[in-house]
Amino acid sequence: MKTTTLNIAAVLVGSMLIVSCGNLGDSQRNGALNSSIAEKVYVAPGERDEQYGFLSGGYSGNLTVYGLPTGRMFKEIPVFSQFPTSGYGYSEETKPMLNTSFGFVPWDDLHHPDISQTNGELDGRWIFANGNNTPRIARINLSTFETEEIIEVPNSAGNHSSSFITENTEYVVAGTRFAVPVPQRDMPINEYKGNFKGALTFISVEPEHGHLDIKFQLLMPGFNYDLSHPGRDKSHGWFFFSTYNTEEASTLLEVNASQNDKDFIAAVNWKKIEEFVNNGGGTTVPTKYAHNVYDEATHMATSTIKTEVLTVDPSDVPGAVYLLPTPKSPHGCDVDPTGQYIIGSGKLSADLTVHSFDKMLTAIEQEKFDGEAYGIPILKFEDVMAGQVKSGGLGPLHTEFDGRGNAYTTFFISSEVVKWKLGTWEVVDRQPTFYSVGHLMIPGGNSRKPHGKYLVAMNKITKDRYLPTGPEMEHSAQIYDISGEKMQLLYDFPTHGEPHYAAGCDAELLVENSKKIYRLDENKHPYGINNPSEAKVERNGKDVHVYMSTIRSHFTPDNIEGIKVGDKVYFHITNHEQDFDVPHGFAMIGQGTSEILVMPGQTKTSLWEPKAVGVWPFYCTDFCSALHQEMQGYVRVSPANANVELSWSVGD
Amino acid sequence: MKSTIFFLSLLFLVSACGGGTESQKSSDGQSQQSIVGDDNHQSDIPASERITLDEKGVGPIQHIELAAIDDEMVNRGMKLFETNCSACHKIDKRFIGPSPKGIMSRRSPEWIMNMILEPQLMVEQDRCAKDLLIEFNGAAMANQNMTEQQARDILEYFRTLN
Repeated sequence: MKTTTLNIAAVLVGSMLIVSCGNLGDSQRNGALNSSIAEKVYVAPGERDEQYGFLSGGYSGNLTVYGLPTGRMFKEIPVFSQFPTSGYGYSEETKPMLNTSFGFVPWDDLHHPDISQTNGELDGRWIFANGNNTPRIARINLSTFETEEIIEVPNSAGNHSSSFITENTEYVVAGTRFAVPVPQRDMPINEYKGNFKGALTFISVEPEHGHLDIKFQLLMPGFNYDLSHPGRDKSHGWFFFSTYNTEEASTLLEVNASQNDKDFIAAVNWKKIEEFVNNGGGTTVPTKYAHNVYDEATHMATSTIKTEVLTVDPSDVPGAVYLLPTPKSPHGCDVDPTGQYIIGSGKLSADLTVHSFDKMLTAIEQEKFDGEAYGIPILKFEDVMAGQVKSGGLGPLHTEFDGRGNAYTTFFISSEVVKWKLGTWEVVDRQPTFYSVGHLMIPGGNSRKPHGKYLVAMNKITKDRYLPTGPEMEHSAQIYDISGEKMQLLYDFPTHGEPHYAAGCDAELLVENSKKIYRLDENKHPYGINNPSEAKVERNGKDVHVYMSTIRSHFTPDNIEGIKVGDKVYFHITNHEQDFDVPHGFAMIGQGTSEILVMPGQTKTSLWEPKAVGVWPFYCTDFCSALHQEMQGYVRVSPANANVELSWSVGD
Repeated sequence: MKSTIFFLSLLFLVSACGGGTESQKSSDGQSQQSIVGDDNHQSDIPASERITLDEKGVGPIQHIELAAIDDEMVNRGMKLFETNCSACHKIDKRFIGPSPKGIMSRRSPEWIMNMILEPQLMVEQDRCAKDLLIEFNGAAMANQNMTEQQARDILEYFRTLN
């Protein structure tokens, strides 16, 4: 039997060889096709990518920066997680960034990056991201690629329908996934229904520096607010949130939140509520949340605990909130570039529901309501629905747009991206993804002007796409060329953590503004030194402050004596380089924190608590010059009761 | 055979650039380095003690006319020196790099400014800068991103260090 099989196989292989020889023309054509795909993602050494992609890192807590179309990863920007590579969250300056009302929380689950906009177009100033677990919103500066601000969101839990911005970056919006008691209190869980609230938080963005401030919290019924998007262009001034668990179940949601045939998309007229609060409306309630701001001049973050927030009950602002029935626990809630269509992806349905903004306005005007929920009018499904996309796929999740009248929706269960036409709802193309796609991103896809050349599909399952790396694999992404009628799969690349959504833009939007160094003469760090002759060591009780400078390749000072067991030694290190891409690092033996990486012109502080008598070394961790290995020094640690004078030197 | 050609072309480059011109770009864009100042026959003297007043170095500065010392420029130059240079250059001693004291009697104003503005180009293409790098243990001078005016101010300060 075995022999027979082998023989058959041999014959098959043989005939395949003959066939392929006979069809040389075909295989050449295939080769040419493959090489033309390869050319689309090939960026020659020294050449640069066309676009930036910012992929959320999910449970890594951070944001990763990629080049498109190559899928090369350029950087991981620490946002909500401590990051030993740079010392973020470990250095004295950045520890306050991770402060919350719960204390220091060194991790989060970063979900939905969104780039700032002006007039509905990407302006490349900042990118916002949400921490899903301990509700927070971060603002990252796109000239330094550093996290500059984190604001905690009170009365929220599972900060998921976040961090989407309005089209002039007036607000970054954070909606709660879990309904919770507001304010938090000790009460039976099974009294959830009717008592828990769902807070939708509108955080204003100060136009010049981007500073965040909670303008108001809309206290909605206790549904789960899943995803959201701003109205744009004609629907600017509105915000749309998908909901699930309108059943208000607190247990076994897998079953109990799937009972209603339809949940809602909540349409919020934020301009109306803004006017209401500007005229003194709303109720200020006590709460507690952290607001952390990093100052580029002092290179330091400060954390402030705020103690009250302005809340708005939707029933106090008639005409501000409506509910649009949408089938089967809608997940994605996406708005097309014209602002006319609101797409609800009923994740337990095969179909997509598209609502019409115009029809919604008409129905509101004619007061065609189908009851209410906690005082909020419910519109009739057929009055607001523009159409349904009968795709034949399963498990629709998210939709992006190409600016040419097409929409692209991911289907998790059937593992595919489906391209369809806005207005006719006809399916134009479908391409498989590998595997189980979640979000997708078209650079600018979340704006009035998508840059509809590439589409990145971010998948949840990797399986056999790469060489195995044990049970845990990085997730995979696929990039497609969408410039033609049919989508063309170009390339696979691994991503870091678990990307939930991404944002992208043309490279030229950011390249010119990308900062190369911090200017030494603008350094306002209280422990920074402008001149190595200012280097010194000061003792204040058990606190010892070392004012240290670095340049290729030595520390000033590099010999320190008079430190004692039990001291807290703060190394404040100013990098005196003024050249692009010349950071210096610092690490001390036995240090309980991480190394720090100090950018040119920057000051960073590393804390060391010596535990034992001895002469202990430190060194530069970043290969900085041919003499990097010589960039090192010693600290003499004496017993706690010793009388060794504090002294420091270099080159003596 | 190969090595002969290499030697010949090297010879050609050296003689072609002996007059102190800058580097040439070959057709593939690679810069073919020639060394400015190679005809200075003092290579047995340590670079820090060599007198190379005729060499202008390689970089943006072609010609500097020195007038009477300008105190304002000196003050600005001193501050810039302290912030950007003093980690490696001390007035009273050799440190990571040479002391700037007396530099005006060893180097031309153009050479000094080019060294400040284009340290990497200088160690690649200027004989004296290259030898200084070797004499000072391979500690390459950092590019501190000075403007031409800032480099000129530092030069003015150096004029006071005799």
